Amino acid sequence: MSEVKPYPPRVLVTKIGLDGHDRGSRIVASYLRDAGMEVIYTNPWQELDSVVKLAMEEDVDVIGISSLATDHLLVPKLMRSLSDAGLSHIRVIVGGIVPDLDEMELKKAGVSRVFHPGSTREDIIDSVNQLAIQALEARPSF
Amino acid sequence: MGEEEKLKSKTDQQPPDIDTAAERWQSEFDTQLSEKRIVRNRSGIELKALYTPSDGSDKHYQQKLGFPGQEPMTRGIYPTMHRGRTWSQRQLIGLGTPENFNQRVKKILDAGASALSLIPCNSVYRGYDCDQVEPELLGTCGTVLNTVEDMDVCLRDIPFDRVSVALNDPLPFTMLSQLLVVADQRNIPWSKITGTSNQSDYISHFAANHMFFRLSLPGSRRVQLDTIEFCAEHVPKWNPLSIVGQHMQQSGATPAEAMGLTLSTALQFARDCQARGMDPIKFLTRFTFFFDISISFFEEIAKFRAGRRIWARLVKEHFGIADERIMRFKFHAQTSGCDLTRQQPLNNIARVTAQAMAGIFGGLQSLHTDGYDEVLSTPDEAAAKVAIATQNILKHEAHLCDVIDPLGGSYYVESLTDEMETEILNVIQKIDDQGGMYNAVESGYVQTMIGDSALSFQEQIESGEQIVVGVNAYQEQEDASTRPVLKRPDIEIMQDHVSQLRKLKSERSQAAVERSTRELREVAQSSKGNLFAAEIDASRAGLTQGEIIAVLREELGFGQPLVVA
Repeated sequence: MSEVKPYPPRVLVTKIGLDGHDRGSRIVASYLRDAGMEVIYTNPWQELDSVVKLAMEEDVDVIGISSLATDHLLVPKLMRSLSDAGLSHIRVIVGGIVPDLDEMELKKAGVSRVFHPGSTREDIIDSVNQLAIQALEARPSF
Repeated sequence: MGEEEKLKSKTDQQPPDIDTAAERWQSEFDTQLSEKRIVRNRSGIELKALYTPSDGSDKHYQQKLGFPGQEPMTRGIYPTMHRGRTWSQRQLIGLGTPENFNQRVKKILDAGASALSLIPCNSVYRGYDCDQVEPELLGTCGTVLNTVEDMDVCLRDIPFDRVSVALNDPLPFTMLSQLLVVADQRNIPWSKITGTSNQSDYISHFAANHMFFRLSLPGSRRVQLDTIEFCAEHVPKWNPLSIVGQHMQQSGATPAEAMGLTLSTALQFARDCQARGMDPIKFLTRFTFFFDISISFFEEIAKFRAGRRIWARLVKEHFGIADERIMRFKFHAQTSGCDLTRQQPLNNIARVTAQAMAGIFGGLQSLHTDGYDEVLSTPDEAAAKVAIATQNILKHEAHLCDVIDPLGGSYYVESLTDEMETEILNVIQKIDDQGGMYNAVESGYVQTMIGDSALSFQEQIESGEQIVVGVNAYQEQEDASTRPVLKRPDIEIMQDHVSQLRKLKSERSQAAVERSTRELREVAQSSKGNLFAAEIDASRAGLTQGEIIAVLREELGFGQPLVVA
């Protein structure tokens, strides 16, 4: 299993929009937690504003959005809200059923990565680790 | 002796007795198979390499198998089974506006589907009108359907007194209320309407699916029972309750767990109905079930056969019913989307075929086969056609319907049916120990069980113990541009639809709306009166589904899923 460096990444695992299928988000949350990360997990149907608020309060490095229906279509809005809140350093990943065309749109909106069905645990953990380091480096200095 | 004589003397001999032969086989098997590994199915049952008469005995044929349509129902719930009537080909569809739905459902009926299924948009599932949600999401997963007028358009030119209709209409069943109003407008007597409130079982939504807009648990319980009671009286051919094992298995429950949890849910509903003084003969005949069919082929067949046998026995033992018609375990099944892969998506046609075969051999009454592109997007029309053709090929070309319960008597299938039965009964016992399904879901016990199984299955894929073609083995570089792309609903058409709703809201009789809202609220507050009857009145008076649900949420409370990470 991948090692966690250089400090435990803080990851918000959540679902936005209308869908409630949470098998994937629960499994991913367990994987990240077992890899030593600090995981903040929410139930489905979060409002975009609550996600931004939670991300700020919990000082997360990475937000993972699970989307099994079409709720990923709201992610560009989330990216704008994060940016408006001064949280552009936070890296956002999306996992679930995301059609190819939509993936291009999400990337354009600033999403770091889209995980499709069949992604491995190792890949997810490695990627979150790297993104957490990027987020750390991109943090505004005070 | 010459070769010819040797052969002759061999054929003259009696075959060795079964124990000697079995011993010899076992020893040869052990010698020749260098790798000793334990093989288990998804439910955790250890599988032998070979099953023989010692695994089951014909002595107990009548007790364990019997004949189709007779106790203990193992071989099927009707005397004729698929020889008589095959199964309803029920494809889930729903996309865009009611107009889009109507056009597509007509095509699907023309293509050979014999029943229709209406899936609303997730906004409807969650109980909101289209003018209340983010416009990006409208109609991307189902039909945007908020009013009696919308239902009327969905069913235009469709003789729904002759075509069975399945509404994916979780409680409080606003779509059914709209359908009944449309029936009145077309002079179709409610007594002629056949169909099912699909996925209506609120317990499964709290346990697993979460697609419910969720009144509180106690509120859900009341609305569900009111509707069962109302339909028994006024819409006698409608199945108001479909008890859903599919949600639990899709969320990660093993096949045995999913069956056990579903039967426990059925027992909970039956006990609740009985506590209201309803007659079991009336409500049990209208219970239907909805299951997932995974690709674990024999396990699924055994799951269905065992479930059928247990249900017949529960009906008899718990409710003292001897009428075999009431013991019938009627079920719809859907091939599992969780087994499908994004990698090499055409392979999914083979997966769906194997899943569908398991369901057919399991004796289903209704089948939905997934589109092969389910894992890429909401299925498109071409994929839906392949899915229906798959059923027709299995029926007409592969002749799967020629013989009833064709795997009955297989040493393996019978032995596995017995073992699955034991596993399923263990689950039912665990839930009974928790005080029944309602309590077990309220405490999070069921959610934890399902989550643990989901994780352990995923571990098997991660470790490579469970091979998935194209995912953790046989991978290929793929050209993503060859994948089908589903068009999203036209934003302008969707905006038009939202404007129409706003117009309708402003033009209807406000006095009637206010009166009807007040009446609905009073019934909800009083705990007397039938809430579903009040909903029909509200739909007739022009209340939208979002408005009806808002009132019920205020009065009965909003439910939240338990977070069990």
